[in-house]
Amino acid sequence: MKHLLGIENLNRDQIMHILETAVSFEEINQRQIKKVPTLKGLSVINFFAEPSTRTRMSFEVAEKRLSADSYNIAVSGSAITKGETLSDTALNLQAMAPDCLIIRHAVSGTPHMLAQIMDCSIINAGDGFHEHPTQALLDAYTIQKKKGKLDGLKVALMGDIAHSRVARSNIHLLTKTGSHVTVAGPATMIPKDIKKLGVEVTYDPKEAVKDADIVMMLRIQEERESGLMYPDRREYAKFFCLDEKLLSYAKPDATVMHPGPANRGVEIDDNIMDGDRSVILEQVANGVAVRMAVLYLLLGGSNS
Amino acid sequence: MKLLIKNGTIVNPKAGKGFIGSLLVENGKITKIAKGDLAADGAETVNAAGMIVTPGLIDLHVHFRDPGFEDKEDILTGLEAAAAGGFTAVCTMPNTSPACDNIGTIEYQTKKAAREGNGVRLYPIAAASKGLKGETMAPIGELKEGGAIAISDDGKPITDSSLLQRVMQYASSFGLMYVSHSEDTYLSKGGQMNESYFSTLYGMQGIPAVGEALSVARECLMAQYLGLPVHICHVSTKMAVDLIAYFKAQGVKVTAETAPHYLSLTDEAVGSYDTNTKVNPPLRSEEDRQALIAAVKSGIIDALATDHAPHHEREKNVEFNTAPSGMVGLETAVPLVYKLVHDKHITVERFVELFTAGYGIFGLEGGTLTEGGRADITIIDPEYQWTIDKNMFRSKARNTPFHGFHVKGAVFRTIAGGKTVYTRAY
Ligand SMILES: [Zn+2]
Repeated sequence: MKHLLGIENLNRDQIMHILETAVSFEEINQRQIKKVPTLKGLSVINFFAEPSTRTRMSFEVAEKRLSADSYNIAVSGSAITKGETLSDTALNLQAMAPDCLIIRHAVSGTPHMLAQIMDCSIINAGDGFHEHPTQALLDAYTIQKKKGKLDGLKVALMGDIAHSRVARSNIHLLTKTGSHVTVAGPATMIPKDIKKLGVEVTYDPKEAVKDADIVMMLRIQEERESGLMYPDRREYAKFFCLDEKLLSYAKPDATVMHPGPANRGVEIDDNIMDGDRSVILEQVANGVAVRMAVLYLLLGGSNS
Repeated sequence: MKLLIKNGTIVNPKAGKGFIGSLLVENGKITKIAKGDLAADGAETVNAAGMIVTPGLIDLHVHFRDPGFEDKEDILTGLEAAAAGGFTAVCTMPNTSPACDNIGTIEYQTKKAAREGNGVRLYPIAAASKGLKGETMAPIGELKEGGAIAISDDGKPITDSSLLQRVMQYASSFGLMYVSHSEDTYLSKGGQMNESYFSTLYGMQGIPAVGEALSVARECLMAQYLGLPVHICHVSTKMAVDLIAYFKAQGVKVTAETAPHYLSLTDEAVGSYDTNTKVNPPLRSEEDRQALIAAVKSGIIDALATDHAPHHEREKNVEFNTAPSGMVGLETAVPLVYKLVHDKHITVERFVELFTAGYGIFGLEGGTLTEGGRADITIIDPEYQWTIDKNMFRSKARNTPFHGFHVKGAVFRTIAGGKTVYTRAY
């Protein structure tokens, strides 16, 4: 595997291999000195052409703990804002011979385009509303730790499915590993023919959450060019917010997840977010281990 | 100068069944059409054995970008691309810069084509509204004097229904028809591809088929109400096909075209994230593609048009959402559509009708082979197999999703006004 562009083109074995590899990196993150020389001498560029705190930091921490040389490109200071095309920027970066480029971009398919232009490994850190593979992998890692398995689970995935890359990557992953996914949200947020991806659809959040092992909430998006998908935040919260009452339909030991950043009181109530069934901060912690595993597997670092 | 085309199958649907025969061209006119052989008598002889000889094809929807965007295409290269594609006449859309909404621009186009062109006829379709803004009427009467054969704001619909009504009425006083780019721009806003399972899978904002249908319905209702004809561009959906069938059955004078790419590709192709698959209207579903094939067969779709939309490679070499819509089509149209003949969807006669219907739709001379008539002739080798290579295009542009496609059927020679404007190098 040279690139990680999405979950869609991975098979179950590849997914499980990444998750198994992450276990040993999680151990490193618990040491006092959290740094290993695995990727010493390799250079990794973090190119976030869209604002991101969590994912960008998580990658940077993962790179540094593996001793890679990491470089950040800030969009505001990049040639992009001076009118250079992305492909020219990519060719210029290529000329500096990096080993890996992490790309976050608002346009779906951009990592795939860069993978054709550049020689280095490309990791998709989120493209448009297409895929966010490392998020799905860290979610799967978190689920596996919590439930001991990734198959046979009932997963409720709720919110703006249509415009969510997290939703797509998670749907691909969880259906490949044999879990049962139900997506829920108002009909404006359910994209056309999503059932063909092997999920069930309901507009009733109670039905989605009923007997769920995992309740995964998605961030409500800001207004899009094509218009707002819901009347307003108050109305959305009234019918779709994950609160105590809604969560009571799930299994008593249900796990609550959110990829962040969350809109407290809109898609998830504060006491659920901060409650004992929430693993939102564990997701963040696991993200570092999973990204270390991905970097290690793609860049083929030696354990010298 | 004399030219004798012999041994070919002359397919001239307007004159009846095809036959193997000869065709003599003298001084830009066809002087004799005969079954069997004709004496060469000093004429240059073209052996068209195994080939079909048809009236020169017309492409009723091209963008030549001249004036204003000559790095994409200009009138001369556009006409060369047309010749290479088997077309002896083209209708150019008005979205140039300045737009073809004034007498100066339209005369520039017609004069450049006539004086410096290769002999392929260029017929401008002029703007319906000033600056293609959809706000006020263009000087349609004067544009007609300058050579406009129809009016359109192609690239955009006329959103204001009152303006649509006035444009259709006013143009009719000058014998011009409105040509509609049918799209609901509210529904297509931000859209990158057809709304479907594939837009869901690829994570792209969709353009729903119902948007085209809503616009087609409005245009047809307006045509019905006014008792005027209307032509619908680049039909891409089953919903639009069904509406056109309905309005034709009502006696509304609606004609329609589709493009080869809608018959050849579906929205699944966008999964490559190749910006050359980005086109407006977008590539649609397999169900739509099948409906379009049925419609070109049945006659609900009257004509094939390429919507030849050249863009510079640099403009397409960007993120998908940033790339302009459109693909070149002139030099790939014949083999792509001839596949329908090979696959027994349509007859060779229907193939010729589809590529010559534009003459009738716009009331232009051509579309048939007659003794004494203009020698606009296309010779097609239906069996020749080749691989589409964008680097061989006469067009300046390379934006095709068909690069590397293996096809069967090629334009062997194009003759415009008695002059050979293209010969395929085998
Ligand atoms: Zn158009």
